[in-house]
Amino acid sequence: MEHSPLEQFEIKRLIEIPIAGLDAAFTNSSTFMVIIVLSVWFFVSFGMRRASLVPGRWQSLVEMSYEFIAKMLHDSAGPQARAFFPFVFSLFMFVLFANLIGMIPYTFTVTSHIAVTFALAGFIFVGVTVFGFARNGAGYLRLLAPAGIPAVMLPLLVVIELISYFIRPITLSVRLFANMMAGHTILKVIAGFVVPLGIFGFGPVFFLIALTGLEVIVAVLQAFVFSVLTCIYINDAIHPSH
Amino acid sequence: MPQFDPTTFSPQIIWLIITFGILYLVMARSALPKVGNILQEREIRIAEDLEQAEKLREESRAVEAAYEKALADARAEAGKVLNDARAEITADIDAQKAALDARLAEKTGAAQAEIKAAIETALKELETVAQDACAAIVVKLIGNKADGKKVAAAVHNATENANAGNG
Repeated sequence: MEHSPLEQFEIKRLIEIPIAGLDAAFTNSSTFMVIIVLSVWFFVSFGMRRASLVPGRWQSLVEMSYEFIAKMLHDSAGPQARAFFPFVFSLFMFVLFANLIGMIPYTFTVTSHIAVTFALAGFIFVGVTVFGFARNGAGYLRLLAPAGIPAVMLPLLVVIELISYFIRPITLSVRLFANMMAGHTILKVIAGFVVPLGIFGFGPVFFLIALTGLEVIVAVLQAFVFSVLTCIYINDAIHPSH
Repeated sequence: MPQFDPTTFSPQIIWLIITFGILYLVMARSALPKVGNILQEREIRIAEDLEQAEKLREESRAVEAAYEKALADARAEAGKVLNDARAEITADIDAQKAALDARLAEKTGAAQAEIKAAIETALKELETVAQDACAAIVVKLIGNKADGKKVAAAVHNATENANAGNG
């Protein structure tokens, strides 16, 4: 496995911590999760350290991200979704910082692991489902049967809607995980060509530069997609009839 | 692939719950309300400023209207004063012109009367000269002294006739 493109995804156990029989070892992944949380906290609170009426550059950046996410949530899920704002903001920031910090060489990309993305997506899925039933009762099932559909079509449609509902955590998590993993693997594979090609190694280097730019875009875009889909699921829980 | 090693799942998920939970609590409890407050404060401030600006604009509009009105009044007043002055001056000029005309007419009349008198005097003197000349001519022609009264009447008649013929 030495110098394999997949080596970067290796989980290294740093401190063994067994909690009530569960394996809670502090790993390199945990290290980067802590770094992400500290970075987000630093980004927001340092930007707002002198919360002034006329914002500086950093403060505007924080306010822009605040308003961007608030608008995204409001546009896709309406004003009743305001209670979810802190969650969606934390989610977007966590995924965004995980993806971007992962772009720095020799770092670990937390979101390149299916366990992490699936845990996030599963939590969102369970949370939205519980909230949907708590808010609408059995009325939440209207989500599965769009209004104005002939009765003959209903059984087929309910099955389709049911599958598409339960597939949500899988699509949500695999999309993020696969994007992050594939990008990083390709970068590593191409980087592996540079030295063996000798004088012609500058070819892959230029390609790498372009691809790194693309990967940064992908990192931001995937964080955005992840949170937008979360907003859409929240919208379904608030307004179950299509 | 290291991603599908089940022994790594539990540490990752447990630490995800811990770290994400802390992030959520920090964001929800302290960081985001701060940002929200400042945004709201700014919005209120901007609304207030806009209101103030609107009020000031109304005020300035009122002042401008008052100024326009004062200007129009002043202009009308000035026009009136000008017209009055013009009428007064015209009247004055007319009066002076009439007085001048009257004085000129008077002077002309006096001059004409004087000329008339002078003409009459001249004519009278001319008659006397004519009588003398006539008397002298008669003496020369017939040698006798003519009757002065008859010569005077004849000359007078002749002059009258000449005047009538001319006239």
